[in-house]
Amino acid sequence: MIQSPLSPAGPQAAAIASLSTVFFTICAVVYVLTIGALLWAIFRRRQATDDAPQTTRRLGVVVAAAGVVTALTLVALTVSDAAAQRRVNGPPSPDAMLIEAIGHQWWWDFTYQGSPLELVSSPNELHIPVGVPITIKATSRDVIHSFWVPNLTGKRDLIPGMTTHLSLQADEPGTYRGQCAEFCGHQHAHMAFLVVAEPMEQFQQWIQRQRSGAPQPSNDEQKRGHDVFMTGPCVMCHTIRATSAGARFGPDLTHVASRRTIAAGTLTTSREHLADWIRDSQAVKPGNRMPPNVVRPENLDALLTYLETLQ
Amino acid sequence: MSRVVWCAVVCVLVQAACDRESRPFKDLAKVAGRAPVESQTPLYAGAPAPPGTPSPFHESGWGINEGKLLYTQYNCAGCHAHGGGGIGPALMDDEWRYGFDPAGIYSTIVEGRPNGMPSFRNKIPDYQVWQLVAYVQSMSGQTPLTASSGRDDHMQSRRAENNSPYQGRTQTGHK
Repeated sequence: MIQSPLSPAGPQAAAIASLSTVFFTICAVVYVLTIGALLWAIFRRRQATDDAPQTTRRLGVVVAAAGVVTALTLVALTVSDAAAQRRVNGPPSPDAMLIEAIGHQWWWDFTYQGSPLELVSSPNELHIPVGVPITIKATSRDVIHSFWVPNLTGKRDLIPGMTTHLSLQADEPGTYRGQCAEFCGHQHAHMAFLVVAEPMEQFQQWIQRQRSGAPQPSNDEQKRGHDVFMTGPCVMCHTIRATSAGARFGPDLTHVASRRTIAAGTLTTSREHLADWIRDSQAVKPGNRMPPNVVRPENLDALLTYLETLQ
Repeated sequence: MSRVVWCAVVCVLVQAACDRESRPFKDLAKVAGRAPVESQTPLYAGAPAPPGTPSPFHESGWGINEGKLLYTQYNCAGCHAHGGGGIGPALMDDEWRYGFDPAGIYSTIVEGRPNGMPSFRNKIPDYQVWQLVAYVQSMSGQTPLTASSGRDDHMQSRRAENNSPYQGRTQTGHK
């Protein structure tokens, strides 16, 4: 799906898209009429009757009429704008599903609210059921970010120290790309996320899987990878649920291998990309908070094997 | 009139002295002393830095601020608070058990110290340890004013690092 507000996939985006169509159409007509009148005035020859009192009077009527039409048009635009705003930012539906979005430099954390979903944290990948109204409760841990999924709704700033709310809904299943829309530092451009809209049953399966902790390592290689993770710097920032790793400064890795991208939409999830990211994340996304790591090749292999089990 | 022109020329030339502080993202793995794992021996991780070596982030505003962020993130504040101490000794004063040598602060973090300071060997990448060293020094005014942090993100519990009461300390050790 192309990331564009012109191909809306939900009621809020549809309101924005039709508002922009209304504005574009009316403004285009006004522009053509204005330029046409201007050209007509420039190229029209002067006539003997131009200064006659009845001509002046008629001109007065024409100007007044144009003024009234302009005022009516502006009122119509204001009313349609207010109506669209109401559809986008109106009070959230009471049975909306609540998901918390937390902005970090430079990634997104999505936590599902309401027991027993509270354990679920899905960094950089927001799964939602199709046709269900969603309320995003947004805040930031560092600087101001902005949540924007052009196909689903407008922007909403994530502000440290306060929460903001945003409603969205996807009417068709699909994957929609979102992007930080407020400059937030070095890697603002690499702060993307995916919204995966899927039918309710699939969504329920997904959330069931996400609620479970990480599987125990089942062979020696995986055990070694687990130990590399738990005794190295990884454990200082990342969580893997059902293990002793519980730090909250980096993305939750309990289901890292099930996600489509790593590093906030920067790389697709694959063994090679994970290896690049662990070894020298600063070459991939300079300035991000993941430190480069000097890992022995055999340890890195084991670590990757372990991370791949985190489905 | 010519004075105005000269003034303008000087103002323009002064701009040439402006330089953006560099942030060595691509060299972070290489910056500062030793590689964290490769040089590991059965005894301890690499050779200790020679005494007196300043942190490579000693004059880097970015590095000191990264250190400040890591100080909270790695929960140094859990024991040392925001410099005033608590379970661990205070860091914003001018009386330090193990001296003011940056290499000494480095080994305090990497090796730990008796009576509670844990070892962060292999847990914190080398360059981040040096960022922490620079920040810890800045708390008692041992880093250049221009590089030290000017404000806290949380509630102010003391003067900012660039306004510390121990300004201009020479790194001599105990009082």
